[in-house]
Amino acid sequence: MTIPFAPAHLEPWSATAMIAAVVLCSTAGEVLTAAAMKSIGDLDEIRAHSGLKGAIRAVLTCPLFFAGVSFLALAFFSLLFALNHLNLSLVAPASASLTLVTNAIAGKLFLQEDVDRRRWTAAVLVCIGVYLLAH
Amino acid sequence: MPHERLSPRQYLILGSVAICAPLGDTFLSRGMTRIPPISLGHPASLLAAVFTPWIAVGIALLIGFFASYLTALSWADLTFVLPATAFGNVIVALLSHYWLHESISIERWCGISLITVGVGFVAHGPSLTERPALATKQDREQEQMR
Repeated sequence: MTIPFAPAHLEPWSATAMIAAVVLCSTAGEVLTAAAMKSIGDLDEIRAHSGLKGAIRAVLTCPLFFAGVSFLALAFFSLLFALNHLNLSLVAPASASLTLVTNAIAGKLFLQEDVDRRRWTAAVLVCIGVYLLAH
Repeated sequence: MPHERLSPRQYLILGSVAICAPLGDTFLSRGMTRIPPISLGHPASLLAAVFTPWIAVGIALLIGFFASYLTALSWADLTFVLPATAFGNVIVALLSHYWLHESISIERWCGISLITVGVGFVAHGPSLTERPALATKQDREQEQMR
């Protein structure tokens, strides 16, 4: 059995696993980073008061930020590995789109964001878009 | 501070996120397809790939993306920022089709179009969840200085 978007020499599960690794690491990293930035406050305002150095210091002294960056680094190397085996036009849109859906769920659960009907509709449209991308 | 309407500067930051990410991905793809296949048994070769020119430029673009992304996250919801930047998928498709000469079927174009429509839904909503004022690190520092 083969899947349409994966090169013939790849097992079907391996392409799925590569994209899943990128998505899971990205979601963890983005949720942690978003939580860090919300705890720091508006960077534009901080820069207006304390300058660019103050803004950089505010970010670099937040432990939650480094937890997020660690997961984003894992996602980055997962992406490099996937790009070595799969087409960019599959990996980039598929991982970005699936990450959007997992982030909507994680944003509501962990960041208490107001994921309203408008945002869920967007998530559904993106799911259909991902199906079409892989079809 | 209410964030119902974004300022031109904030739109510029979101635009920067949308452009830098796909350009960086395209440079990475160009670089990674020019080197031999990498196996999980030799992870050091993955690190060595970071220092090749195409991948180095790709990383520089992704650093620009990350700086803009962090700024956007400081005044908007994660569930607003990510969809608003998904227009980058269209840029990726155009770059991979015209520059990397990858073939993109009609189904994939339809998928990319649906993603873009989904982005439009989110972009017309509020950028930040209204909630009781939470004490940010900046607020706490100002409180301590008083």
